[in-house]
This record gives sequence, C-alpha cells and structure tokens, in this order.
Amino acid sequence: MAGSSTTAAPGFRKLMFQRPSVAVALAVFVAVVAACFLVPALGLAEPGGMSVRNRLTPPGGEYPLGADAFGRDVLGRLMVSGQTSLGIGLGVAVLSSVVGIAIGLIAGFFRRADAALSRLIDAMMAFPDILLALSLVAIFGGTMLNVILALSIVYAPRIARIVRASTLVIRELPYVEAARALGTRTPTIMVTHVLRNILSPIMVQATFIFAYAMLAEAGLSFLGVGVDPRTPTWGIMVNEGRQYIDTAFFLILFPGIAIALSVLSLQIVGDGLRDALDPKLAKES
Amino acid sequence: MRSYLLRRLVGMIIVVFLVLTLAFILVRLAPGDPASLLLGPDATPEEVQSLRVRLGLDRPILVQYLTFLANALQGDLGRSLFFDRPVTEVLASRAEPTIFLALFSLLVALVIATPIGIWAAYRRGSVLDQTSITTAMLAASVPSFLTGLIFQRYLATDLGWFPASGYGGVGADFGTRMWHLVLPSITLGITNSALILRFTRASMLDILGEDYVRTARAKGMTERRVVLRHALKNAGIPIITVVGLTFALLISGAVVTERVFNLPGMGNLVVNAVLRRDYPVIQGTLIVVATLYVLVNLLTDLLYLAVDKRVKY
Repeated sequence: MAGSSTTAAPGFRKLMFQRPSVAVALAVFVAVVAACFLVPALGLAEPGGMSVRNRLTPPGGEYPLGADAFGRDVLGRLMVSGQTSLGIGLGVAVLSSVVGIAIGLIAGFFRRADAALSRLIDAMMAFPDILLALSLVAIFGGTMLNVILALSIVYAPRIARIVRASTLVIRELPYVEAARALGTRTPTIMVTHVLRNILSPIMVQATFIFAYAMLAEAGLSFLGVGVDPRTPTWGIMVNEGRQYIDTAFFLILFPGIAIALSVLSLQIVGDGLRDALDPKLAKES
Repeated sequence: MRSYLLRRLVGMIIVVFLVLTLAFILVRLAPGDPASLLLGPDATPEEVQSLRVRLGLDRPILVQYLTFLANALQGDLGRSLFFDRPVTEVLASRAEPTIFLALFSLLVALVIATPIGIWAAYRRGSVLDQTSITTAMLAASVPSFLTGLIFQRYLATDLGWFPASGYGGVGADFGTRMWHLVLPSITLGITNSALILRFTRASMLDILGEDYVRTARAKGMTERRVVLRHALKNAGIPIITVVGLTFALLISGAVVTERVFNLPGMGNLVVNAVLRRDYPVIQGTLIVVATLYVLVNLLTDLLYLAVDKRVKY
C-alpha cells in the first residue's frame, strides 16, 4: 500500500498520517507480515517440532507463548499459520477487486447490462457473507484456493457497486466526452480514462475487504469448514484450542489476538488511506 | 409515492427471483451426482438410479429449475437429506433461538451504541469521541468467537454467572431458554454495536450542523433541550436504516455465536448441514435468509418514509 504514494496527489503522506494511529497501525501490520513470512523463512521458528513431554506448557521461558497439545511452540505456529491467514486476505482483496472492477465497469458503461448486473449485485448482497462463503466452500471443497474464490464471490459485489457508481459519474465528464469525440474506443476509455481515476476508492475498499476476508476466513476455519487443517490458519488454531478452553486458554487467546490485531491495523490503515485518497468521503466519517 | 412503492415491489420480486435462481445454480455446481453422494460409496447403480428418479434428477435441467421455482413459491424447499423431513419444517424447528438471539443482540447493540454515538458526535474531536471510535473499531475487529469464548470461560465457567452453553435441555421453560441467550446476545451485540455507533455518530453530526439546530441555539434554548428535543428526534430516523443493514451482520454473527455457545439454532443447523453435505438444507437456509434480508430492508425503507415527512420519492 505504501507504494501507492507515487500515484496520489502531493501531500499524500501528510494526509495519510495526520492521525498518529495510522502510522502505528501500518507499523503493526508490517511487523505482523514480516514476522509471519521472514522468521519461519530464516529457520528461526520450528513449529513442526513436537514433544509430548512439553504439551500444554503455559507461556514463558522456552515457549514464549506456550506449547499446544502436541508440545509445539505456539509462537512458531502462529507465524506459519499467519502466512495462510494473511495470504487468503490478500488473495481475496485482489481477486474480488479484479472481478468487481470488471463487473462495475461493464454495468456503468452499458445501459443494457446495467439493469441485469445491478439486480444480480443486489441479490448477491442479500446473502450474509459467512453464510454464502460457507455454502460455497461446502460445494467446492475446503482448499485455500476455494476459500479465496468463495470469499471473492462474496466481496466482489461490494467493489462492483462502488465502481459502477463512480463510472456513472465519470463517463459524463467532459474529458471522457472529448476522448469519445476523438474516436477513442470504449475499452480504452474504460481503462485509461475511467478506471485510472477511480482507483482510489477501490484501493480503500480493497483494504477493508482484506480485513473482512481475514475475519470471515477465521470464522469459516473456526466453524471447521475452512481450509485443510494440515495447513493451519489462526482460525483453525482457535478451533483446535477449544478443547482446552478450561485448562489452556492461551491456545485460544493468542491466535485470536493475532486475528484482531491484523484486522484492526488494516482497518485503521484503510481509514488513513481514505483520508488521504478520498478527502470527500473522509469528511463524512 | 405510489409509483415508488410499485417500483420497489417489482425490484424486490426480481431480487427474490434471482436469489432463488442463484441458490438453485449453487447447489447444482456441487461436483458429483447428488444421488450417489447421498447414498454413499456402497450404493448399487440401481439404487442410485431410483433415487435420481425420486428426486427428479433424471429430468432436463430446465424442468428441474421450473419445478424448483414453482415449489419454492408454494413454500416447499425440498426435503432434508439427513433428517428426511421437509426443509421448511427443519428450519422452523430451529428458528426460535436464532430469532431471539438476533433481537436481543440488536437491542444490546442499540443500547451500547446509540448513546455513545450521540455523545461522541456532540463532543466531536474530544478524547471521548476519539476513544469511542477506536473502541468501536476494536469491537468490529475482534472475531465474535473470541469474545464469546472469553465470556464462556471467565463469566460462565469460572464465575458461574451464566450458563456456558446449550439451550436448557429438552423441555426447558421459556425463561430458562432465554437465560441461555444472555451471553450469546451480549457477544453478538458488542460486535454489531460498532456499525451502529459509527452510523449514529455520522447522522447526529449531520443534524447538529443543520439550520434549525442553530436557530434553536440562537433562541437561547438550553443545550440539553437542543440535543434531546431537536437533534435526537431527527437522528433517530437514519438509525432505522442501520437496523436493516445490520440484519446480514446479525445472521453471519449468529452462525458463529450459535456454534460457540452450542445453541440449537439455524446457524448451527446450517454448519452441520455443510459438514453433512445436506444440500437442500443449505439451499433452504440461503433462500429464507436472503428473502428475509430483502424484506427487512424494504420494511425499513418504508418505515423511514412513514416517519420522515421530508423524504419524498
């Protein structure tokens, strides 16, 4: 997200970080990502190592965040599981944006398609997110790719709605009219003249979808219908920890905090992005 | 006005029709033949074939679709594969905990969020305002199962203030059943208070900037009266809308919360249906919930129209 400063108007950094909480949140999120992807890659965490003798060791000492029922280091497992949780969030943010942009642009540009697509978007949004994702995963099967696909189907209509609304405004602007008068083809207008100018609200929304998708994935995994438990996520860790709710609550607490921390920091970053990229929207909140 | 109502009604019918169509397509996307899936790997081809005929799977897809639509419109959503009872009957038998959980948690969310939202808007930019916004964001970021499990462990198991799970067992009276919904409702209410808080604050901010508020102040009316008489009365209207919007959140949250507290509601039913591959129940739940969502949002819009005399369509 930081790389986007090149595309925004001057003062992006100032607007984005006018509230210190945004900088803190960004730092927290970057730290979580770095911990999940760098530490295991450097071989500093070995979550695979089991030792029955150390099962359910409380936090402290050799195991900073305790050990699970197989004597595995919770901190190490958190970092490895985070790769899947964060990966799914990012995958959904990207895929739902791509699909949503395509649907939104078509609906915004072609009046005939609009009526049908808008109703379809309404109908899709009538299904509560977890319920629809649950049904889709039930049908396609619980793999990481299918969870990403299911959640992207759930969230793409939100992007599509925003893209459609912005497209309807921009397509009437003089410069689009000028481009059309010059004989520019519609697909070119859609991408270079319209899409480029609505990237800001899409990016803001994609950041929020990243957060929602992580929450939804955690919910699905908690319900036991997410990805294969052999590639754990934070939600799966909470679900596994439920058996020990009375004896080792930390097995639930730490992955739960990891989810909350990531989601919260993403939402604050999203708010900051909105302040910086979409000042009109920001004023309303 | 009348044309607006008509337009909304037609729009609603189209969306419900699309919801039915999507639900139909969704279940057909499942890999494998439903009949052989249903009977398991030990079934003979003859058994599979006879079930296919019984379920109407041997007919052309268009005929199946039209039959499905016709049945659904008559309130027949098929039979549960697991319970071997009509889906509507199964859903109805699980409706009570879900309906009360949704209502109570909405109440909890409104009680928490509206006063704080109003106060935060009134003291815009103050420490209280900042804190309430951050807290709301935190509430929306903590997965509801974490809140639920914390309550379950510490308030129910350790302190024994509330029942930890279940719905009071067979034959429990109404009071006992509702008592089992207290912790789940607080859990879900906290999660959903975030959206309502932000919404209340935003609509209150709008109103505090209106001319009539300035006029009331200029007349020398006390601040208390300005806020309570003028602003509050009008801020209540947009809150109706947010109730419609939270419906989807409530249902999604109910699925997870019912699982945490092991409540025999529709959410728990649908998760079990997913684990058992009981497609008709999944399909039926999707249809009922989505249709309710559309209805709730139509109702809130109409209520808005009835309450706010300024709104003209």
